[in-house]
Amino acid sequence: MSAKLELVCPAGGLPALKTAVDHGADCVYAGFRDETNARNFNGLNFDDKALAEGVKYAHDRSARVLIALNTFPQASNWSRWTAAVDRAAGHGVDAVILADMGLMDYAANKHPNLRLHLSVQGSATNYEAINFYRERFGIQRAVLPRVLSLAQVEQVIQNTPVEIEIFGFGGLCVMVEGRCALSAYATGTSPNCQGACSPGKSVRWEQTPQGMETRLNGILIDKFADGERAGYPTLCKGRFEVDDETYYAIEEPTSLNTIEMLPELMRIGVRAIKIEGRQRSPAYVAQVTQVWREAIDSCQRDAAHFAPKAGWMAELNKVSEGQSHTLGAYYRPWK
Amino acid sequence: MTTFTIPDFTLPQVLKRLGPRLPQLPPTLVLVGALNAAMSKRLGNLLPRDLLEPMIGKRVTIRVLDAGMTLRFAYGERGFRPSFETTPADLTMSARSRDFLALLLREEDPDTLFFSRRLLMEGDTDLGLLVKNTLDGIDLPRLDPAQLVARLSPAELLNRFVARLAQRAVPHH
Repeated sequence: MSAKLELVCPAGGLPALKTAVDHGADCVYAGFRDETNARNFNGLNFDDKALAEGVKYAHDRSARVLIALNTFPQASNWSRWTAAVDRAAGHGVDAVILADMGLMDYAANKHPNLRLHLSVQGSATNYEAINFYRERFGIQRAVLPRVLSLAQVEQVIQNTPVEIEIFGFGGLCVMVEGRCALSAYATGTSPNCQGACSPGKSVRWEQTPQGMETRLNGILIDKFADGERAGYPTLCKGRFEVDDETYYAIEEPTSLNTIEMLPELMRIGVRAIKIEGRQRSPAYVAQVTQVWREAIDSCQRDAAHFAPKAGWMAELNKVSEGQSHTLGAYYRPWK
Repeated sequence: MTTFTIPDFTLPQVLKRLGPRLPQLPPTLVLVGALNAAMSKRLGNLLPRDLLEPMIGKRVTIRVLDAGMTLRFAYGERGFRPSFETTPADLTMSARSRDFLALLLREEDPDTLFFSRRLLMEGDTDLGLLVKNTLDGIDLPRLDPAQLVARLSPAELLNRFVARLAQRAVPHH
């Protein structure tokens, strides 16, 4: 087994960052208040003052700060993204998480000492692609898209010197990260370029006698009966009528939870586990970080006898989207 | 993690029936006073005015379901004030008193409450996100909690609101 498995936690604001650090995150990832990151929501994220304080807070406690600049600039707004790279570097962050190749080239040339991580939005699923990013731009870590089975993750790790980070917990999407056009199709706003999937301006909830309706840009995408658990207002998790049957035609709202796979993830040499949820509040960050810290420490002490505690699973299920949790693509016994 | 957790409770049914018949202004004044105080210099501009700019001219309704309370207020250039309009607000948030309390104390995540159908947000979702994220972004530990509690006591807030009304009623020369 190689180096220690790191816990990478989300921060949509300064209180969440501090909470993550206080509850045992090794790294915290965050973004600026604009479309340079994939959680560009009203009131969320960091301005320079908050980031400066956040970086200091984390560094004083031996934690690291990663800045996600993981959306794709366009010809007309290129300089906003390069300025964001400069800002992140100026704050002394420990790495930037990038998806766009041009931006990666800019960062590698302008800030040769700035550590580069390949974002999940870059959609690199094979070691050839990851090794190319390393040779060309010197990336030191890649976040794998949530489409690979555990055996495939292991194969990637065995064939690249780049550290591999995988998603361990949180909301799932349709697994074409960086290339998904569903939300853009319905709302006219591109998650990949403008950083918001199902932007708030397009989402409406309404309690009706038939239940709570969710609409995206006027389109009815789901209806929840009283007491039925709800999911995020995204097109991929809507229920649609197909051949006279109404059901989750694309995917069910469900959360990824890989805690039971921890011994395997450590054995194959996964370097870091990412927790999804920069859009969530400090309460979520506290709950999830605490459970995962305990689980990773417990597994690191004795992987052979590791078993997820019922209390951990209950705590995580409570904050999860949808009805259930899943191992996602990692577990594919039929392969 | 916090050692104290708010127990799961619902106020007695009688309050739900009684609540709507009681005047809604006093609790609204307390809420509005607390929000205005949070924007004041005295409390270190806890609520950042610049971030609330998109809220100018917007009306918000808070429905405390088990208390039968409906608190209507609006935000303008001068801050928060009670609203007396009964047409649907720009944003309406509904939950039980226990869950609003848990949100306020950062014990529960709004998305968690939404998934389990304990929090309903109707109207302008973007405005809702702004409210939620702005509140989440307030760095509370900088404050002395005892000082905060003293300054946000209902009596103090009512006093200040009345003082402000009086100030506005007298034309300045």
